[in-house]
Amino acid sequence: MKVLVPVKRVLDYNVKVRVKSDQSGVDLANVKMSMNPFDEISVEQAVRMQEAGTATETVVVSIGPDKAQETIRTALAMGMDRGIHVKTDEEVEPLAVAKILQAIVGEENPELVILGKQAIDDDSNQTGQMLGALLDWPQATFANTVEKDGNKLTVAREIDGGLQTIKVDLPAVITTDLRLNEPRYASLPNIMKAKRKEIAAKTPDDYGVDISPRLATLKVEEPAGRSAGVKVEDAAELVAKLKTEGVI
Amino acid sequence: MAILVVAEHDNQNIKDATHKTVTAALAMGSDVDVLVAGKGVKDVAAEAAKISGVRKVLACDHVSLKKQLAEAMQEVIVPLMDGYDAVLAPDTTTGKNFMPRIAAKLDVMQISSISGVEGADTFVRPIYAGNAMATVKSSDAKKVVTVRPTSFDAAGEDGSASVETIADPSGDIKSEFVSEELSKSDRPELTAAKIVISGGRGMGSGENFAIIEKVADKLGAAVGASRAAVDAGFVPNDYQVGQTGKVVAPELYIAVGISGAIQHLAGMKDSKIIVAINKDEDAPIFQVADYGWVADLFNAVPELEAELAKAGY
Ligand SMILES: Cc1cc2nc3c(=O)[nH]c(=O)nc-3n(C[C@H](O)[C@H](O)[C@H](O)COP(=O)(O)OP(=O)(O)OC[C@H]3O[C@@H](n4cnc5c(N)ncnc54)[C@H](O)[C@@H]3O)c2cc1C
Ligand SMILES: Nc1ncnc2c1ncn2[C@@H]1O[C@H](COP(=O)(O)O)[C@@H](O)[C@H]1O
Repeated sequence: MKVLVPVKRVLDYNVKVRVKSDQSGVDLANVKMSMNPFDEISVEQAVRMQEAGTATETVVVSIGPDKAQETIRTALAMGMDRGIHVKTDEEVEPLAVAKILQAIVGEENPELVILGKQAIDDDSNQTGQMLGALLDWPQATFANTVEKDGNKLTVAREIDGGLQTIKVDLPAVITTDLRLNEPRYASLPNIMKAKRKEIAAKTPDDYGVDISPRLATLKVEEPAGRSAGVKVEDAAELVAKLKTEGVI
Repeated sequence: MAILVVAEHDNQNIKDATHKTVTAALAMGSDVDVLVAGKGVKDVAAEAAKISGVRKVLACDHVSLKKQLAEAMQEVIVPLMDGYDAVLAPDTTTGKNFMPRIAAKLDVMQISSISGVEGADTFVRPIYAGNAMATVKSSDAKKVVTVRPTSFDAAGEDGSASVETIADPSGDIKSEFVSEELSKSDRPELTAAKIVISGGRGMGSGENFAIIEKVADKLGAAVGASRAAVDAGFVPNDYQVGQTGKVVAPELYIAVGISGAIQHLAGMKDSKIIVAINKDEDAPIFQVADYGWVADLFNAVPELEAELAKAGY
């Protein structure tokens, strides 16, 4: 089974977010960028499936500027076979990402696409589900465990009430949740090896996808701030304060 | 404009998130219908008909909708969209699962997890774990929107809309429900509770959560957790509060042994009053806490329980 893993380069999750003073967006100049944490989990899942003999080939794709190649290299260093870089300096919305991925699926014919459940920059949580709909494939989102049996996947999903297990026919789309696995660190020899792996250079035009945005960002602001309150010394003081506030 | 709200329910009861989504819909336009899709949903549809401001309830009763899986929901909703300008659903794991499929089929960009409605095509939504608020305007003909329930008041229940049964979903569905392991609890649901008390890595073990549960029982509170506590296996995944877990905004949020990472704050910083109990006085959680108590939680939490008992809780 061939597996395709789309990965996004995002602001590192440890970096403090700064909103630009002209309200045009978030300041991304000279800040650390990394692979979206959920996508690391997807890469790990694909590599484990290959190690287990379930996956025969693993292909990573990223849509973004030149630097997105670094993110692809990270996935290759973790063990994936080859990459596809769809180069654009524009911000690409989930719908357009899903359309590009649909075209790539058409060319590559994977049986499984593993995406992250959400990109931690736009927090959209859409792309995998959109891809599923465009391909008319079933989906198993927020995966906690994934098992292949025959031409089906059994996936336990993290839902609001607990865990839900579903079975989907292959080909399918899955999106990963935090507890699916713990992504490995790439070893130095594997980082060296990854430098020689192939990355195909593409553009959205190659796939005939119009990436013009459907949403215009009118402004981006700081959220309403909270400030530190007071310290209490003991339970009696705390309970008294909470009673005064009327919350207990 | 005509707006369809997809109800959140468990085939027995309608969830409050529906009422909140109706409020968001009414801020966009006045013709708001509610879709109740499920199995054996007669009672749920009757409850939906009572929501104030609702014009009409559409009920779809079919075995394939029992768990509201994404593909079956898509089969029901997409054909209905000829008659609507917008579709809204709460951004629960159910809504998050099926809504983007509808958007893709309609060729529109979904607007996820809105916290404000500025007009029929303009919305406010948190991005970067709530560290920035974006105001976005959609140029799509139809709007597909998921709504953050904690950001809207619940619509009232003095309505009397009519209930109309609609055709069963058709189409070939390539996924099937196998089983569910739901957390059982007599405590209120995290997202609906007026008081939430959450434990973090500082709790040390799942057994130690018992001291938090005792306080929760005194206060009628729900119990939540940080990601670290879930990852360590102290509590189930559905306890997780945060950017990638549940968003809560209770009257009172008590964080115990939680450092206050931005991903956690994203899920609780809209709470009215925040209390933090942490032995590290430099823990970032204290920067958002109205009341901070620098103490060892293994002393502080039982003390709090005893004090509440003394006060008659
Ligand atoms: C993609 C991604 C998504 C994430 N999503 C979420 C999310 O949704 N929700 C979430 O919570 N996190 C999330 N995280 C994780 C987040 O970054 C933090 O790692 C996590 O919130 C830390 O949990 P914690 O505060 O319990 O643990 P720690 O940061 O380890 O803090 C433990 C605290 O307990 C205190 N403590 C220890 N012992 C005691 C004691 N005896 N008495 C009193 N205090 C004590 C310590 O002083 C410390 O402050 C996410 C991370 C990533 C990368
Ligand atoms: N520009 C991109 N390039 C490759 N994959 C992406 C891109 N944007 C989103 N994805 C994938 O879609 C997932 C969900 O993103 P989102 O829907 O934006 O929250 C991510 O975890 C990635 O797997």
